[in-house]
Amino acid sequence: MTSASAIGDAPVLELKGLCKSFGGLQATRNVTLRVMPGDRQAIIGPNGAGKTTLFNLITGIFPVTSGQVLLFGQDVTSWPSHQRTALGMARTFQVTSLFPKLTVLDNVLLAIKGLRRSKFVMWRFLSSYKDVYDKAYQLLENAGFLDRKDAEVRNLSHGEQRQLEIVLGLASDPKILLLDEPAAGLSSGESTEMAEFLMKLDPGLAILLIEHDMDVVFDVASQISVLHFGEILETGTSQQIHSSAKVQEIYLGTD
Amino acid sequence: MTQTMKIVSVAAVLVVLAVIVPHSSSFVVLLTTRAMCFAILAMSVDLLLGFTGLSSMGQAAYFGVGAYLTAILAAKFHFGLGWDFWLVVLMGMAIGAALAALFGLFAIRASGVYFLMITLALGQCVWGLAYRWNSLTGGDNGINVTNRPNFGLDLTNERTFFFLVFAFFAASLILLYILVRSPFGRSLEGIRERELRMQILGYNTWLHKYIAFIIAGAFGGLAGVLWAHTNGLISPETVVLTTSVDSLLMVVLGGAGTLVGAAIGSGIVFALREYLSTLVPWWQYALGGVYVLTILYLPTGLMGFPARLRQIRGASTKNPSKSGDAKKLASAPS
Repeated sequence: MTSASAIGDAPVLELKGLCKSFGGLQATRNVTLRVMPGDRQAIIGPNGAGKTTLFNLITGIFPVTSGQVLLFGQDVTSWPSHQRTALGMARTFQVTSLFPKLTVLDNVLLAIKGLRRSKFVMWRFLSSYKDVYDKAYQLLENAGFLDRKDAEVRNLSHGEQRQLEIVLGLASDPKILLLDEPAAGLSSGESTEMAEFLMKLDPGLAILLIEHDMDVVFDVASQISVLHFGEILETGTSQQIHSSAKVQEIYLGTD
Repeated sequence: MTQTMKIVSVAAVLVVLAVIVPHSSSFVVLLTTRAMCFAILAMSVDLLLGFTGLSSMGQAAYFGVGAYLTAILAAKFHFGLGWDFWLVVLMGMAIGAALAALFGLFAIRASGVYFLMITLALGQCVWGLAYRWNSLTGGDNGINVTNRPNFGLDLTNERTFFFLVFAFFAASLILLYILVRSPFGRSLEGIRERELRMQILGYNTWLHKYIAFIIAGAFGGLAGVLWAHTNGLISPETVVLTTSVDSLLMVVLGGAGTLVGAAIGSGIVFALREYLSTLVPWWQYALGGVYVLTILYLPTGLMGFPARLRQIRGASTKNPSKSGDAKKLASAPS
């Protein structure tokens, strides 16, 4: 879990001077960021700092105003979301974004198929794809969801839904996972569970995390960037961020 | 009910239909034949509305081009009245698909009520063409298809023709069922539930919706080909907005996202319309009342009725474990 694991490694994700304006509002200003393989980075910042907007730019939900997004060295700035996912990127959402009327198993099956050619097959039942099902069972077992595989997602607790969000993100075997407030709305006990769940993930997987829960951030991330009015104010280790006067002032000290 | 039991019961109903109807009066045979043509159209609407979450208000367009193609070829070129009828079937599906491929380029960009408005407008374009292009479509008078195909089987016999339409109906049901259970079909459900998530999972949702739209167009075209020979007269009335609305309401009545529901809805609408209209002058109010009651009390359509019944029964027994069951059942209509 060290940042910049080896010199000469290509970054999995690189942002160069990224800007986004909504009319007169500059939501993202000149953000430059680099995530190396296996990095665990967090982005913190007060509400409205533009954290989720930044994620939406990285994943291609919004077009950027200027700047570049590089994924595994490729310029993907103008690519649609699904092609970025195909390169090895996955994300979760701050507002739980699952398929509520489908079962847990069906949710995971959809996530696994996303990057397979067989998603266009129309003449065979999905249930005949044993490899897809095996993988789904494996994912559900690792996450401890196997006993609830036939439950409809809307009947799960909020905490379970937050975990399933991440399981869906992992289903495409990504090399970089963007987590948008995985602990949003969780009780402190559930947050601890979530942090443990995140720390158990494959160390080769790079994680970029947005989070308000500082315990989760300090547990999971080794490097933290502070975003304020769309701008990266400071980047450093958790120690540095913890003791930074500037961060105290804009973030920890404001409320 | 398990999946196998559902399939067996649908198959049983189909067999019963194929045995009983040919022995009924010719009125019933004709009525069932008409209802099955519309059932194919309604199932194509269900693929969009129930599985993909696209409420298409222009399905009559593909139905119309299929029907007009058949009628024009038969009346003007005497084509499609022998073995070449099968060629016309393929051409009808192809022209439905081709038109959907063209319209889809405009419509699939939109969603929700905007999709509905665009499909409605495009459907009206086809109606306008049928109404105004006198030299081709016969304008307001339409085209009479006097002869039915005869390829060993004489389809002028109503009962023989019933079996032909029945075969097409059953085949469409089976093909569409396989489609919605396939990886592609399941991805449509995901798009219905949450399109943005599907994009992030790596699906090109536009393409999936576009393909579904084209397939629905092809089945609409097929329904049109059969309708041309069922009805015998193809006029702008065939492609009028009411046809689109009817097919949409059939799906809602029977239960969206079930395929079988679309067929049931079609049967009920035809039965009510034909029987009631001979009995009382206010039959349209009865039909309207059925729609309103369904939407108010059975939002999942008639196919959702058993689940709803169990839910009510479960709630009345005030047993905590029972009501938990009911909650689970109520959420499993499709």
